[in-house]
Amino acid sequence: MKNNPSLLASCLQKMGLCAALLLGSNCTCQNSTTPAQQEKLVVFAAASLREVFNTMGESFRRAHPNVELAFHFAGSQELRAQMEYGAVADVFASADLHHMERLAQQGYVHTPTIFTQNKLAVVVEKASAPHIQTLADVPSASRIVVGIAEVPVGQYTLQLLTQMGEAFKTGIEAKIVSREFSAKQILAKVRMGEAQVGFVYWTDALSAPELAVVPIPDNLNPVAQYPIAILRNSPHPLLAQAWVRFVLSEAGQSILESAGFVPLEAKHPTGN
Amino acid sequence: MRLKFQKYILHAVGFSLAAFLMFPVLALFVASAPHGLLAGLQHPLVWPALRLSIFTTSSSLLVVVLLGTPLAWSLAQSKRTTGQLVETLLQLPLVIPPSVAGIAMLLAFGSRGLLGALVHPMGTSAFTTAAVVMAQVFVSAPLFIQSASSAFRRMDSKLIVVAQTFGASPFRIFFRVALPLALPGLAAGAALSWSRALGEFGATLMFAGNLEGKTQTLPLAIYTAFQTDIGAAQAISIILVLVAFALLLLVKVFMKKAEKNP
Repeated sequence: MKNNPSLLASCLQKMGLCAALLLGSNCTCQNSTTPAQQEKLVVFAAASLREVFNTMGESFRRAHPNVELAFHFAGSQELRAQMEYGAVADVFASADLHHMERLAQQGYVHTPTIFTQNKLAVVVEKASAPHIQTLADVPSASRIVVGIAEVPVGQYTLQLLTQMGEAFKTGIEAKIVSREFSAKQILAKVRMGEAQVGFVYWTDALSAPELAVVPIPDNLNPVAQYPIAILRNSPHPLLAQAWVRFVLSEAGQSILESAGFVPLEAKHPTGN
Repeated sequence: MRLKFQKYILHAVGFSLAAFLMFPVLALFVASAPHGLLAGLQHPLVWPALRLSIFTTSSSLLVVVLLGTPLAWSLAQSKRTTGQLVETLLQLPLVIPPSVAGIAMLLAFGSRGLLGALVHPMGTSAFTTAAVVMAQVFVSAPLFIQSASSAFRRMDSKLIVVAQTFGASPFRIFFRVALPLALPGLAAGAALSWSRALGEFGATLMFAGNLEGKTQTLPLAIYTAFQTDIGAAQAISIILVLVAFALLLLVKVFMKKAEKNP
């Protein structure tokens, strides 16, 4: 028992020593950083942007050879939580307005710009495709996978089902076997044949040619607007601007369009 | 004095790890305050998930203990080299990441899996409560097998020989000699295995999916809540920690008793 005070003292001493070491190393680190070193641009982006941003990244790297471009893809809601809890990033591209607006209200990001649009698609596993050809056939499937209502793709699906009427909605909901956390997870379940039908983004459907697609009439299909913004605490605001400019540029927009995203000027019928 | 100082250094080094392990758990409780826990208990996802977690982990524990005990006994009895080789292979589910386990389960029991059509008339076991139990058994059984077989090995082998010379049947040896002697080790293994099943997330998400009341266990409910509200996720986490801690404590007490009067 009488050892305890000195034990505590030695602990505190050690902690002090550690802190000193940390501070010391921090200082030397800052001193050794030279401006000629590669700069790292960190882009947080919705999971549905993975392929298209990777393609765009290749073009961007050619134009900015000294920049190390690092993408972090996850659900928009998850990225938002990470930024709220102190993750450092330069740019955030979200799959819905809600999460971006929340970040803007709290002062995490500068004014966002909508840079592209997406819509929903119903993908059907090949074996079930002959029986499920229109939206009205979908409730006859036995295993349907959607997103949870808290992630953008699930929220848009909910909007679609509500538009389709109560009977259709309950018919679908009775067949839901799993609520996944991202459109990619939904797509994977259908691709593996575990689920027969999945509600995903149009761009996901295009990326899976082995699946059949049930068309959704444009007047029922919700518009998924994708906003992009620079973070207020971005360590590289100039580079961040360069990335946002590239995404909005003609070159960037044509890459988005070829991946199936709906171009901005083409106003969606249900859009404003 | 110098010797004493050395002892303190060792203590301090060890203590730093203990502090690191305890700090996040502490943060979970401190940052939420009592009303956080209450809010957690009232969260609509909690009760279905808690019920499902208790049901599935009890089922998987039952399977693991009923089948794992004879397996561990056979491993402990087998020749050193073959036994250890098989045992090492059986440890594989422990070292592969849960996501790999999920893919493996799909490839084995999914609709296009090797055993898909055989296991389930609908063509897939995925998205069922049974799938949750299967995923839990897959990831948690190795922990039980490991501690059970080493418990059987630690036994005094002379006792078995004596029982054999007195003409005891293999069943009698297993049930009346080996089982009672290895009981503390078996209980420890069961506790470890159970806690691993309770925390199972990755393989469940990939193989069983996420549906309230059917496949959404506590860890999946926490992840679902986390998508909107970290506070709610935290509150459900506290419940999971409390449930796990209570059951772990129970097992420890039981083991103490078993050690005292074997």
